[in-house]
Amino acid sequence: MNTVELINLSGGYHKEIVIDGISCSIRKGSFSGIIGPNGSGKTTLLRLIGRVLVPYRGKIRLEGNDIGKMGLKDFCRKVAFVTQDNVINFPFTVFEIVLMGRIPYLKRLQFESRHDREIAERALIMTDTIDLRDKMIDELSSGERQRVIIAKALAQEPEVLFLDEPTSHLDIGHQIQILDLLKKLNKAADLTIVMVIHDLNLASEYCNHLILLDKGKIFKEGAPRDVLTYQNIEKVYKTVVVVEKNPINSKPYVILVSREKS
Amino acid sequence: MNPHYSKERLFLLIIILFLVIVAGIFNGAVNIPWQQLFLKENQPIMNLRIFRIIVAIIAGSGLAISGIVLQAILRNSLAEPYILGTSSGAGLGAVIAITLGLSRLYLPLAAFIGAILSVILVYNLARQNNKIQQQSLILSGVIISIALSAIIVFLVSLSRNESLHEVTWWLWGSLQVYDLKLLFFVSLIVIFGISIIYLFSHDLNAIVLGEEEAIHLGVDIELVKKILIIITALITASIVSICGIIGFVGLMVPHIMRMVVGPNHKILIPLTCIAAAIFMVVCDFLSRIIFPPLEIPIGVITACLGAPVFIILLKRKEGIK
Repeated sequence: MNTVELINLSGGYHKEIVIDGISCSIRKGSFSGIIGPNGSGKTTLLRLIGRVLVPYRGKIRLEGNDIGKMGLKDFCRKVAFVTQDNVINFPFTVFEIVLMGRIPYLKRLQFESRHDREIAERALIMTDTIDLRDKMIDELSSGERQRVIIAKALAQEPEVLFLDEPTSHLDIGHQIQILDLLKKLNKAADLTIVMVIHDLNLASEYCNHLILLDKGKIFKEGAPRDVLTYQNIEKVYKTVVVVEKNPINSKPYVILVSREKS
Repeated sequence: MNPHYSKERLFLLIIILFLVIVAGIFNGAVNIPWQQLFLKENQPIMNLRIFRIIVAIIAGSGLAISGIVLQAILRNSLAEPYILGTSSGAGLGAVIAITLGLSRLYLPLAAFIGAILSVILVYNLARQNNKIQQQSLILSGVIISIALSAIIVFLVSLSRNESLHEVTWWLWGSLQVYDLKLLFFVSLIVIFGISIIYLFSHDLNAIVLGEEEAIHLGVDIELVKKILIIITALITASIVSICGIIGFVGLMVPHIMRMVVGPNHKILIPLTCIAAAIFMVVCDFLSRIIFPPLEIPIGVITACLGAPVFIILLKRKEGIK
């Protein structure tokens, strides 16, 4: 079953077209990756789906309903976003931040109930951040912080979670930690996950569906072994690569080749 | 922040407010033993002091809450009606209305028009490539504020209107009550405005995380921003039309309160209301007792206390970069 469908979607900033007539669908329970070179429209696509930008043309459907016609709060109870590089200037504690994931469920002037607090606590446990509960958000390391931001998204009890480069600025240990967490949520909580990711090998390792964007259009879409071929990558990224099989799980493995002879 | 703690703090603040009100009523330019204050012949003095305290409470709370809102929606901890030039815009609007000889009841309206125009001006000056630059926002606010204040002084020095000649207090603020009807009207606007703002506390919490984040939490950001900017301009304009330009209150009190009770607007707004009321009543008290029987303009007192806080915040911000 498809949970998110994009139908001939176009959009961008100041009348400039960044996303140009994209149609695709995300299956329920899938772990999808959006890949493509800088400027190919990955973040813009997430902003369109997240209703930060209004599409110029086309439609986005969530479980068959046009999202443009859904109430914003209803929409945010089903779909959560983890954006890139969010700066928090105010001295909130970790728990206060995660509890904000309940805002789509609250009426004006309503305080968070015990139920809301329990859900926020469960999100902290799932992301292994419960020990950080009373720390200030600016005291955390980048890895801890990213897990807290994911916990906030989980407190929204979404059916689909979108993430924009969740592993940028993290070392390899923390990258794996975050992606393993997402994999666990995908499997155990039956959460549909769509993430923008730069690292093609991580995309290959974790995603079961890849969308390769180029200049605002879908260049290729499908299983990692069909998308991550050297022909596709060389054409889109304009760089020489060798694609091998990962000896452990036989998934595609992309090796970069320098043009300078060493 | 634990809500139980905040209840205790709320209670404590209310007691302090009560104490400073009592102190404000029993002390003033004219020294009267407190037993005699309740006598009929001293009734006018008593009333004068009570009205002053009401103005202080209204001005303090209104300016501080406006500061909180501006700091949240602009995501800039230095934002405040005075620093962003809103107060000067309101002051200019009011001075023009007086120069034209309009009735005093039109003052809030004239001040509101001035405030909104200065907000639009500052916003557009700070905008480059459709993005508001944080540093240039403060810079253009201060520039507009200085320019508008200069126009106020110019108008005042040109005018033959006797009442205007004594209005340097427009520039530095005064809590003297000269029109009860206006005070009543302004109090209504400020109380109404703060109540509406309180309804948006969840939205403010979300907006503090960033505009995109707020949208992902279901906040209709463009609408909320418009409503809140208009309300802060309205509150600021009303306050300026009864007590002139008072700076730094919206900067200082919210910052201190954020340190004490945390940044959650649901708790921060009510507690800041009371703390700012206390602060203004104390400032008014100081303005009357430092050089009696002379009265120092209230804005001088708040600036002396507020400017150092502004500098500390600015330095700390640079430190983070």
